[in-house]
Amino acid sequence: MTSSLITVSYLAAAILFILALGGLKDNQSARRGNLYGILGMVIAVIVTISAFVTQNYTILITVMLIGGVAGFVLSRRVKMTQMPELVAILHSLVGLAAVLIGFANFLDSSFNLTGVEKTIHEIEIFIGICIGALTFTGSVIAYGKLSGMIGGNPLTLPAKHWLNLSMFIAVIVVGVQFVGAQNHSDAFILLLVMTLIAMVFGMHMVAAIGGADMPVVISMLNSYSGWAAAATGFMLSNDLLIVTGALVGSSGAILSYIMCRAMNRSFISVIAGGFGTTSGSKSKVSAEVQGDVMEIDVAETGQLLNKAKQVVFIPGYGMAMAQAQHAVSEISKILLAKGVNVRFAIHPVAGRMPGHMNVLLAEAKVPYDIVFEMDEINNDFPDVDVSVVIGANDTVNPSAQEDEDSPIAGMPVLEVWKSKTTIVLKRGMAAGYAGVDNPLFVKDNTKMLFGDAKASLDLIIKAL
Amino acid sequence: MKISVLKEIHVDEKRVATTPDVTERLIKLGFEVVVETGAGVGSNFSDEAYRQAGAEIAPSAESAWQSADLVVKVRPPEENIALGKHEVDLMPEGCRLISFLFPAQNEKLLEQLAHRKITALSMDSIPRISRAQKLDALSSMANISGYRAVVEASALFGRFFAGQITAAGKVAPAKVMVIGVGVAGLSAIATAKSLGAIVRAFDTRPEVKEQILSMDAEFLELEFEEDGTGEGGYGKVMSKEFIDAEMALFAEQAKDVDVIITTALIPGKPAPKLITSAMVESMRDGSVVVDLAAEQGGNCELTEPGKVVTRKGVSIVGYTDLPSRLAAQSSQLYATNIYNLLEEMSPQKDGSIVVDMEDVVVRGATVVNSGKITWPPPAVAVSAAKKPEPAVVEAPSSEPIKPPSKVASVAKSSLLPMLIGGSALFGLGLVAPPSFMAHFTVFVLSCFIGYMVIWNVAPSLHTPLMSLTNAISSIIVLGALTQISSDNPTIMVLSVISLLITSINIVGGFSVSQRMLQMFKG
Repeated sequence: MTSSLITVSYLAAAILFILALGGLKDNQSARRGNLYGILGMVIAVIVTISAFVTQNYTILITVMLIGGVAGFVLSRRVKMTQMPELVAILHSLVGLAAVLIGFANFLDSSFNLTGVEKTIHEIEIFIGICIGALTFTGSVIAYGKLSGMIGGNPLTLPAKHWLNLSMFIAVIVVGVQFVGAQNHSDAFILLLVMTLIAMVFGMHMVAAIGGADMPVVISMLNSYSGWAAAATGFMLSNDLLIVTGALVGSSGAILSYIMCRAMNRSFISVIAGGFGTTSGSKSKVSAEVQGDVMEIDVAETGQLLNKAKQVVFIPGYGMAMAQAQHAVSEISKILLAKGVNVRFAIHPVAGRMPGHMNVLLAEAKVPYDIVFEMDEINNDFPDVDVSVVIGANDTVNPSAQEDEDSPIAGMPVLEVWKSKTTIVLKRGMAAGYAGVDNPLFVKDNTKMLFGDAKASLDLIIKAL
Repeated sequence: MKISVLKEIHVDEKRVATTPDVTERLIKLGFEVVVETGAGVGSNFSDEAYRQAGAEIAPSAESAWQSADLVVKVRPPEENIALGKHEVDLMPEGCRLISFLFPAQNEKLLEQLAHRKITALSMDSIPRISRAQKLDALSSMANISGYRAVVEASALFGRFFAGQITAAGKVAPAKVMVIGVGVAGLSAIATAKSLGAIVRAFDTRPEVKEQILSMDAEFLELEFEEDGTGEGGYGKVMSKEFIDAEMALFAEQAKDVDVIITTALIPGKPAPKLITSAMVESMRDGSVVVDLAAEQGGNCELTEPGKVVTRKGVSIVGYTDLPSRLAAQSSQLYATNIYNLLEEMSPQKDGSIVVDMEDVVVRGATVVNSGKITWPPPAVAVSAAKKPEPAVVEAPSSEPIKPPSKVASVAKSSLLPMLIGGSALFGLGLVAPPSFMAHFTVFVLSCFIGYMVIWNVAPSLHTPLMSLTNAISSIIVLGALTQISSDNPTIMVLSVISLLITSINIVGGFSVSQRMLQMFKG
């Protein structure tokens, strides 16, 4: 296969990938977009196999089949509520692959480069492995946190900023020595050292970030996995990898930015540590919430919903944990059939990854046109008769607007308290991930329905 | 505290400010209630009914006025011809009054009240905010007017409203056009709709379109961009071009519809003339126009307030007392509005009221406070700032100063990164070999493409976006594929592992994206 033909195929694959991402602008074109992505991948793999592979075909096919089947089974078995975990673990695989390919490339002596080209090639290897390693361990920790294997609280080591900084400097120092290393085995050891530091760095970085910042972490790791692919592309002088890596990298970066904006926090402050840790002493966390909580039972909730003309559901991570999306969908259908104007309000950082709630509601077949973004629906709350908050907390916390000293001050929130009645479904009075008390719960027009969200909602269906 | 309920003396006024039902509730709040004898007759409430509810019956108007701490009425006080005295002069000094007062039209009355050191709350001046909806007597009355307008129209209209197919032939449904869709308009739409008519409605405020459609009526739309939303949820005066387009629409509709109900009002201004004599003349014989704006001069040129006139076979109804024509219903709603106001004003529930001028609702309603005229009140914002407040447009003096400074700061803040980026690129260009620069170009351009493409992704598809980018980032498999044929066993093994995990990722990523996107079919 001529090199021009390879280039043309790669170009086709790159265009297909761009179309795949562009297709996600709406539901209709999204599925076609995914097919473009698959087609691009198939072209790239087949062309590469026929152009570069000269032996070991059996192993190649066996391994790809095993991996493919494993991936397929995984993707069919996973529950929609576990999507963040799946995405995190898949990120770690990209990171690990980048590390392995980087090492293999380093060990490959067939490159005969000299001078600046050699230096640049070495830097490329170094950066590729570095990003790959921290993506790998960072994603593994993120997976652990999301699946509950590791606690969601931020790890706060003493002097953690200094630790991060010293690791960063160490990586640069090792990098300089690596590029200047005289013989191959010294360089190999330096590369290993750097890999270890990068792995620790990745672990520590994600471990220090709290649960509510998970959407940022996931998008950030998404971005890193892209940059790792791009760096590998430089290393292998492969434009397709560079293009794809850059696409994925910027995609993740934009998602991180959107998530940060939705929490009114800077990217740096998210990376630097979780909520509460930045404001220092806990005693300073202002405005203890005082007031009486009004409880409500299932029957009353049913009556309120029956009488309402405008109902808005506000799902949060609690809905995902309780697997309550189908029950919510059922209730919305009953109400819609009665002529109630039912809508869903989604905060950008609801859940543990961008768009998490939309996926769950889509799974439960909630009609797409009654699901609204925060900005679309926030002005309408004064006209709403009943707002039902299902396992959301920080995203509906009025202290973000009312209390300047609150750790979440300035974060855009859904203004549910402006509706005539707010019903909050919650397990208990625990604070949200941000660790901030929520004055919503003691407002006069707020009623609390304690208990497991799924169980409560199932009972409400009966009451309706 | 003694509340006096007066018999209305205005000609043909049948309503009464308090019903026996509400009397009972007021007594529970701690008030004493005195009812002038015969006050409820027009609304079919007998003295006996009030007495049973716990009220004291005053034998004459004078005794009812004079014993009052608080007077509740429907119509503004006026000259009592039978007694030869103005009602204001019948009140004890320092007394309180709750009634419709229409302060904008009745400045002289306000002065009279102030002179007598009265504290007066006007039920038509309650600010239209959500909290005050249960006090909003204007809405209550408008609702009744809208209903009654259709009833009057159907009484004069010689045919069914609903279409029917009978053994004696087919009857076409009546076509009703409602102009001005406030509370009265909506009520008229609902009533006409439930009688079976085809209803079309027009309003200058685009936000009511949804409400019209929700009642299954047609929304008559102009091909014209202008928002008629004014202060306090009412309409405002529109531009000349808009009015021309609007009039053309009405002229066209007049030829087609059987009933026109107009409710267009602009606060503090005479009602806009929307239906010309020519339009009336173009209507079919037997058609009816009901003009709910008759009291403010009428939306129809031919309207005569308080009367029904006929022009070329078309009846034009100009009644100004529609709520009074449904007196029992009006009295009940009005009394409840008054009760809700009194409940708000007596936080202790001990039968006394507090005129709290800090409270937006009470402040708005209070037009005279212990002899001082406090009307008009400061403005209250209503429409929850959906669009930039018109007030901002009127005060442009502070505006033009801001943007330049902002631009300057943006330029300053983006200058430094650009400088750093530029010099970094320059440095790279000095040392890097051409082969690297080719890849680098591709890289930078791809970043920009990614930037452009990703901003267009629907927020609801962010999760599929992540799984899809995850799948395509395993394009890194190409690295493994180029290495697998290596003779070096270490490299081979490493690449086999990479191949395995990237294969998981490729298939898993695409397949889970597909699964999610299937769910977004709807």
